[in-house]
Amino acid sequence: MWNETFNILSVDLLRRHTVGSESSLRRIIVCLKQAVDVSQLKVDPATRQLITTSAPRKISDFDKNALEEAIKIKEKLGDTEICTVTMSSEDAKPVLREALAMGADKAYLINDASFKDVDTYGTAYILAQAIKKIGEYRLVLCGETSLDSFSGLVGSRLAELLGLPQMSSVRKVSVEGEVVTAERTLEDAIETVRAKLPALVSVTREINQPRIPSLMMIMKASKKEIVNWTATDLGSEKEKLGSKIEIMEVLAPKTERKKIKITGETVQEIADKLAKALIQEGVVGR
Amino acid sequence: MSEGKGVWVFSDVYDLTLEMLGKGHELADKLQTELAAVLIGGNVQEKANELIKYGADKVYLVENPALMHVQIEPYLSVLTNLAASYKPEIILIGSTKNGKPLAARLATRLEAGCVPDCARLDVDEQRRLVGERITYGGNAVAKIAFKTKPQIATVPARAFEKPQPKERNGQLIKLDVKADAPKTEIVETKPLETSSVKIEEAEVIVSCGRGLQKKEDKVLLDELSVVLHGQVGSSRPLAEDRKWFSEWVGLSGHKVKPKLYIACGISGVIQHVAGIRDSKVIVAINKDEQAPIFEVADYGVVGDLYQILPALKEAIKKQLQ
Repeated sequence: MWNETFNILSVDLLRRHTVGSESSLRRIIVCLKQAVDVSQLKVDPATRQLITTSAPRKISDFDKNALEEAIKIKEKLGDTEICTVTMSSEDAKPVLREALAMGADKAYLINDASFKDVDTYGTAYILAQAIKKIGEYRLVLCGETSLDSFSGLVGSRLAELLGLPQMSSVRKVSVEGEVVTAERTLEDAIETVRAKLPALVSVTREINQPRIPSLMMIMKASKKEIVNWTATDLGSEKEKLGSKIEIMEVLAPKTERKKIKITGETVQEIADKLAKALIQEGVVGR
Repeated sequence: MSEGKGVWVFSDVYDLTLEMLGKGHELADKLQTELAAVLIGGNVQEKANELIKYGADKVYLVENPALMHVQIEPYLSVLTNLAASYKPEIILIGSTKNGKPLAARLATRLEAGCVPDCARLDVDEQRRLVGERITYGGNAVAKIAFKTKPQIATVPARAFEKPQPKERNGQLIKLDVKADAPKTEIVETKPLETSSVKIEEAEVIVSCGRGLQKKEDKVLLDELSVVLHGQVGSSRPLAEDRKWFSEWVGLSGHKVKPKLYIACGISGVIQHVAGIRDSKVIVAINKDEQAPIFEVADYGVVGDLYQILPALKEAIKKQLQ
């Protein structure tokens, strides 16, 4: 178990590490998920199954906010390399091109067919292995949750596996010297927190508006590198990738609504009919 | 940690702890095991008796000035220590902004599975916990079982009913557990400027979307909501893009289940619908006959909200007299 002494020691060690061989370069890691574009998902009405295989893929929205924030930090601090890390059972190169066009410097894709049944533990484990292999870093940025599975667990699991200070639900972040300061949106309060770098920050969608890359940026991005690794390249232990949960079914919810259209000759008539219906439902009045 | 017994509940939000005790009791009964609440904080002992009244057979109490504020490392170290010592088979954690990272990291430390935001929970014939959660942006509900123990699920606020408290016996177990030092420092905590009543608690919600043309026109919704003793809400674009509201209803905002939800000028994208699905009655008012909101509404009016809302307000006032 971690204790205070070890915490301080580890922060100190990591800090000394960062001013080592690549002293002038600050690296920010951004975790990107290739997600199913849920707005374009179709459902088979007979079986209520989702047709996910043919649905378009894109960078998960929240992760795009994380990338945008990394670019903003780089614009402010300079001397920063932004590396994106993606783990996927599918080829994700086309969506990573978009990330490079937005302003990421290098994309790492850990692509392995065996990732198909990996859960949030395995995902975080692979991301952690990849981040350790990339080398030193100052900041890890994640989206608060993912567009498709909407679990919101991977950022936290990753912070745990990397032993980093964690800030979640962040709507504002700034880096100054060796310190990161962030505003977290809690249920009933805004909490400002700070930590020594390196740290992990997961962001909400309100933090920024991700840029749309220009044609020029898209062209420039074609020269940037996408590094492709497999599970074996990371020396990952097979048992860590075994799913700890079993997805029994994923079905479109049944909608059991009345779908009654209220019509009438005049607005007055419509309003009267609707008011009557709502009173009869017992949802209006005391 | 393959063997284990007992159902545990923990949340940094007290009401949510009570709600989970209701569900936890049902699960513990089915498994013929005990229900325990974990109570962590700076000065929280007074709540222990009430947790027993709400159904806890045991209360594990860890009190320590270092636990006054919810911070991940100290809370995580205490929860890990307790779970490793007593080996519960199920741990339900309140799905709050601080609770969810705690659950995810506890599961990681214990190399266990975690299923977040379960709106339904049950146990199957193999004694496995099965959770149901919304996924794919509201397009689907996933049913997920656990393969490892402890089975850690997070539970959103108001998913389950608070049980009726009654006089019963329970055991208070005070523990002296060392808490790790936090790795982040809280600089400031500012209360959020939100409406004094929480939207999740409103029985009637009159909500607007992009059909509302100007911020000032919100008065139309205000007036109707006064007559209905309800609250005004909005869809995500009005809050995040136009900044007319500080919060919104939907999958990424507040999930609500009022008696009556009136969607005015809301197209009804799946993420919004996922946030209102549990409402008792849904009314849709929209100019666009093709708007998907009509597919999930009990009553639909194709029309202009600027005309319908004032007329509806008057009609309800008149008919209620």
